[in-house]
Amino acid sequence: MGATVTTANTNENTWGGGNEPMGASYGKLMMWFFIVSDALTFSGFLAAYGFSRFKFIDNWPIADEVFTHFPFMHGVDAPMYYVALMTFILIFSSVTMVLAVDAGHQMKQKKVAFYMLLTIVGGLIFVGSQAWEWKNFIKGEYGAIETKGGSIIQFVDKNGKRVKLEDVAVVLPEAREQHKKSNGLWFVGEPSLPSYSVAEVQAGFKAHPELLVRTEKIYRDTKEDRENKSLQPGLNKNKHREVLNREASETMVANAHLVVEGANLERNEYGSKLFADFFFFITGFHGFHVFSGVVINIIIYFNVLLGTYEKRKSYEMVEKVGLYWHFVDLVWVFVFTFFYLV
Amino acid sequence: MSHAHEHVSNTSRIWKVFILLSIVTIIEVALGIVRPEFLFMNNFLSMNLLNWVFIILTLYKAYYIVWAFMHMEGEKSSLRWAVVATVIFLVLYLVFILLVEADYVYEVFKNSTIKWNF
Repeated sequence: MGATVTTANTNENTWGGGNEPMGASYGKLMMWFFIVSDALTFSGFLAAYGFSRFKFIDNWPIADEVFTHFPFMHGVDAPMYYVALMTFILIFSSVTMVLAVDAGHQMKQKKVAFYMLLTIVGGLIFVGSQAWEWKNFIKGEYGAIETKGGSIIQFVDKNGKRVKLEDVAVVLPEAREQHKKSNGLWFVGEPSLPSYSVAEVQAGFKAHPELLVRTEKIYRDTKEDRENKSLQPGLNKNKHREVLNREASETMVANAHLVVEGANLERNEYGSKLFADFFFFITGFHGFHVFSGVVINIIIYFNVLLGTYEKRKSYEMVEKVGLYWHFVDLVWVFVFTFFYLV
Repeated sequence: MSHAHEHVSNTSRIWKVFILLSIVTIIEVALGIVRPEFLFMNNFLSMNLLNWVFIILTLYKAYYIVWAFMHMEGEKSSLRWAVVATVIFLVLYLVFILLVEADYVYEVFKNSTIKWNF
């Protein structure tokens, strides 16, 4: 039955080849073992994320505050909805994949092709959604200040509501242009400048006496926390970030070092820099898996259209890429839990 | 086909599993948005109950993806053990070591004289 589909042959001895002790063909078995090793790779990444999170458990960003966007709904605070939608899209593309495998078992070429196409579309929508999620994360929303100590402080009003940097900062006559190769030394450049300078934010903070500072640290409502004199009374809730009183806020702002807008591999306006690093790395690695899955699916889709598997009289290749595709979905289930829910 | 057993269509089971996974996801998202007080504020093994619920629901989903979608339920038990037992053992080992160690590092930071939040 061709090179790719081997069958159990009782006439051969166990080690002579052509025998399937695990009841799966060579290709399928190797796909399973590839999945095992890839699963361990992802586990390593997620466990490393867990390590960093437990290490900095008192100042880890709260996902609900980070991922709050939904397409076409500007300014609406919608935590979780978008990523839930992405999860549905991926689970649904898993369903169409398994339907394609099912149709393959019944040798229905047209049905296999149709479901493969749906799977590819689902995968592309998912990758696109992830790109949009990245864009929002990189762009940031409120902006923050990094202090000389390296911690991130954010601004809130007297009710504890977040305030954007643009509503804090004043414009000072000190405009500085970005140093590019075209306007300075040709061999020196610098990354793009934030919209406001530290001095502008500091002056703005002075001009708005009602503003307070929110730190990275999470308020735990312990005896020690309750007795902390530098916290603003009334605004600190258990398991929320600490809000400082005006006096302590002024000390923090005086200590400002950098204006941070959005997140990248070095700075993160939402808090711990490691959060951004792990987010980019793990969702990026997963997104790359989805992308390769889409490419492999497209190849198999064309093979289905060309009738390759009709000639082979077996749709086992569809089953193998199906295994990979479900694995990608499986990983997302865990990424979703550990980045967005927990 | 040389397969010993005839392949029957599994379509109805596939849709059932899809509905199940969707319901579990909806429950997770709802819990994540509401964050019920009695789950969120009570701890078990230094993690709040809500997080335990999320992790258990995730493992529940993972089981259905592997068993129904990847059709692990139809494989021989030797293949099942070779794949699942390996991953479960190594992941538990890794997670145990890293998380315990991370908690230790956290304590060191917390009780040391180094001031970081300034």
